[in-house]
Amino acid sequence: MEKRVTTPLTLEQVKDLKSGDSVLISGVIYTARDAAHKRLCELAAQGKPLPFDPTDSVVYFVGPAPAKGDQVIGSAGPTTSYRMDAYSPTLIALGQRGMIGKGKRSPEVVAAMKEHGAVYFGAIGGAGALLSRCIKKAEIIAYEDLGAEALRRLEVEDLPAFVIIDCEGNNLYETGRKEYLESIK
Amino acid sequence: MREINAQDITAAVKRLCMEANSYLPGDIKERICKCYENEPWDLAKNILGIIKENYEIAEDKYVPICQDTGVACVFLEIGQDVHINGNLEEAIHQGVREGYIEGCLRKSVVRDPLDRVNTTDNTPAMIYYNIVPGDGLKLTVAPKGFGSENMSQIKMLKPSDGLEGVKAFILKAVEDAGPNPCPPIVVGVGIGGTFDKAAFLAKKALMRDTNVRNADPFYADLENEMLEKINALGIGPQGVGGKTTALAVNIEKMATHIAGLPVAVNINCHVTRHKSIEL
Repeated sequence: MEKRVTTPLTLEQVKDLKSGDSVLISGVIYTARDAAHKRLCELAAQGKPLPFDPTDSVVYFVGPAPAKGDQVIGSAGPTTSYRMDAYSPTLIALGQRGMIGKGKRSPEVVAAMKEHGAVYFGAIGGAGALLSRCIKKAEIIAYEDLGAEALRRLEVEDLPAFVIIDCEGNNLYETGRKEYLESIK
Repeated sequence: MREINAQDITAAVKRLCMEANSYLPGDIKERICKCYENEPWDLAKNILGIIKENYEIAEDKYVPICQDTGVACVFLEIGQDVHINGNLEEAIHQGVREGYIEGCLRKSVVRDPLDRVNTTDNTPAMIYYNIVPGDGLKLTVAPKGFGSENMSQIKMLKPSDGLEGVKAFILKAVEDAGPNPCPPIVVGVGIGGTFDKAAFLAKKALMRDTNVRNADPFYADLENEMLEKINALGIGPQGVGGKTTALAVNIEKMATHIAGLPVAVNINCHVTRHKSIEL
């Protein structure tokens, strides 16, 4: 059964999420990829405020396709997360609680997640057409010059994802594979 | 001598860019459905079900299957008796430009690998020319996403590494990639040639219908064996564990130097897109 996750994502909610849980995410989330992360971390290094409040925020690693016809947003599935590994610990230290992406994370990111209490969700890579239907509102709030990589504020309803790495560092990529291989022995 | 107008090439490339991004090839759809039926691991099966639903939505609504609508890889087989009226290369780029803008496809190309300024129209295309006998012109557009492209590898093996070395390298590339390239994946392998030819063969292998095995029975058997070995890794759809890690392994090979055994592995995600037309 899916767990419902509503943003802002509090530490209490994060503690209740376990690696392997299926979740449906609702509320306000922010999009950022490589170029936007670089700029956010430059602001953080200068001690300047970010374009959104990072406290209890969830960031979705996505560069959506342009909206077509009456769409709110074009196809919008996750991009590979390891490219954000250099930046995520900085944002987690500023209060970011959740990340939505796909693929492996570095030990540094996992350490920051454990230290500050954050969770890493995996959305289904390559399911952009389906995932875009969960996005009810989208607006660019910064870095419009980056095109698909601009920073967007999204309102989402029941966005399907899985807890890949929880705040204790348990990792579905390791346990899921191991359990499956044991099941066929 | 047959005359083909550059404008006709632009129109064809434009259409192929738009259609390839929304309509998954039939062989890939069949394989996803078959893997869904045969997947014993619950979470893996759920994911394959969502992947199936996703390509159905894309087809029905004519929207991109994946937001990474790729860099446009354009393959041409040009008959040597064909004359193009106009600028061929510019005609291809113009087709990509029109297709990506009118099709509401994502513009994912930067003009320079280090200054990283977006060209805003997804040009230039990556163009591969092949001159063949006759007066035909076959165009293939394959939008290539970079989640999977980034997980590709090449290695110059020694002849003494042999068949076992090739098998080990293919498995290593898939293992290293893990969940990153959006499994279930399609694995394109190029063996032989030179450093660059091996990479090209691996990309070319991804263009082949996955229901067609290599014409050489030895390599056809190797494709089947590697598919089985990859799926025994247990990585599973999206890396959560399961039976379905790869949908197919396609291998292309060619002659090489007495001192070398180049092997390239080019990975595609489950959104393995390509569409062709003959003008």
